Amino acid sequence: VSRRDVAIVGVADLASPTGAIDRAAEDAELNVARAALADAGLAVTDVDGVLTAGTAAGGLNAPLLLAERLGIRPRFIDGTRLGGASPEVHVEHAAAAIAAGLCEIALISYAETPRSDARRGVGRSLSANLGPEHEEWERPSGVALPIGGYAMAARRHCACFGTTPEQLAAIAVSTRAWAAGNPSARARDPITVDDVLASGLVADPLHRLDCCLVTDGAGAVVMTSTARAAALPCRPVRVLGAASAATHVTASRMPDFTTTAAVDTGRRALAAAGVSPADVDVLETYDSFTITVLLALEDLGFCPKGEGGRFAASGALGPGGALPTNTSGGGLSYTHPGMFGIFLLVEAVRQLRGDAGERQVAGAEVAVAHGVGGVLGSFGTVVLGGAR
Amino acid sequence: VTVRVVPPASERSAPFWDATRARRLVQRRCRDCGAWAQFAIGLCPRCRSADFEWQPVSGRGVVHTFTVVRAAAPSLEWAARTPYVVALVELEEGPRLMTNIVGSDPETVAVGAAVRVGWEPLENGRAYPVFELVP
Repeated sequence: VSRRDVAIVGVADLASPTGAIDRAAEDAELNVARAALADAGLAVTDVDGVLTAGTAAGGLNAPLLLAERLGIRPRFIDGTRLGGASPEVHVEHAAAAIAAGLCEIALISYAETPRSDARRGVGRSLSANLGPEHEEWERPSGVALPIGGYAMAARRHCACFGTTPEQLAAIAVSTRAWAAGNPSARARDPITVDDVLASGLVADPLHRLDCCLVTDGAGAVVMTSTARAAALPCRPVRVLGAASAATHVTASRMPDFTTTAAVDTGRRALAAAGVSPADVDVLETYDSFTITVLLALEDLGFCPKGEGGRFAASGALGPGGALPTNTSGGGLSYTHPGMFGIFLLVEAVRQLRGDAGERQVAGAEVAVAHGVGGVLGSFGTVVLGGAR
Repeated sequence: VTVRVVPPASERSAPFWDATRARRLVQRRCRDCGAWAQFAIGLCPRCRSADFEWQPVSGRGVVHTFTVVRAAAPSLEWAARTPYVVALVELEEGPRLMTNIVGSDPETVAVGAAVRVGWEPLENGRAYPVFELVP
């Protein structure tokens, strides 16, 4: 059984234009889990595999708690944590597990409510999870992760390839243009490159509008075999290929600040799918910061190394462009609760099903969801297609 | 006013911090193959040995990359320092250090710029290695 015989059969997400959702994260997660299962024509009690990374700030026992709250007894349990790339890696793991007969119906879920938590006075620390390497050797410098690490990648890209803040800003602009078509998006008003440059430097060369939002949100994905899917009242999207890789979690140990391991995951995932970058109709790629997108464009093979800035500034990523990218409005304009990966998958599936409303990319048949975790350190790339 | 928070020396890092009392910068070097290693944690990057000794380094290097932190949430310990330069300095010997560039206008820092170590006093006689541009 190959991965091609596994499909995503249900998706759901939950976010609000206010940035806040009016329920606790645990309840939001159960809400989207039930909605994704309903989308697949399945019941909660059909689930025999659970995969979740918990939240950006924590995750001890996350898949066990999810199963307990659902009231199920899973036979496949996966709490793999790779930051924002986790759900893409979960798709790879679930596909392998389903293909190997370890489970039949897999649920991948995520929920986090940092915006509401801040209002409640509940703090969270991302750096506390990074390990003694960061605490002893990086934190005293005030590197201000994650933005400091991404800013250093952007700075080196600018120095090596002549990439400009204007080119990075173009990514925020095209992503915002897509958000106009998403009624759930937090930020929908059009912006210009000048708006981004005038929004204030946070860590050079990244401005406030080069950075993702901080909002509440939740999402879920249900997977099963295409054989089982054929018997369900659902519209399956096949997992054509998937690959993961990791190079580091401590920013100082990033091997190369201008090239990521997406070079490996992209090559492997596309090869498994039997497609080339030119065959990809829609790209959903992690946009914690604009530089995150720029590096993915190059490393996944959509443009040569060093050309990401010019490619983005050409308008290729926006509505009507050659490579529709982050059509939901992304983490920059739709929602970003801490780990955006699940929303990449949900939007890719909607595009392939033709369910994306006014932001629908006409005739989309192949989509890539590319998750990026940590400070450009962990990656999951999923190629989806075959919906119709 | 120093707002730098440096953890106490651990079993692993004590030799590094002890050397800072004499304003000496040391790094780990593999006893088996001679490669230099980053931090106080991890196997030899070349031969995967676990046998190291701390040796002095020149204190000279170049800015591999950097950022200027302009804004930070008030709750963060470094908020009072903004704006400041955080740089990944690549030492002549090879290891990279996440550190600060001090003593010059942040606008004059550039990727590839030559730097040398300086010392910011900490409590108990220890010192934190910062770097300054070589004129």
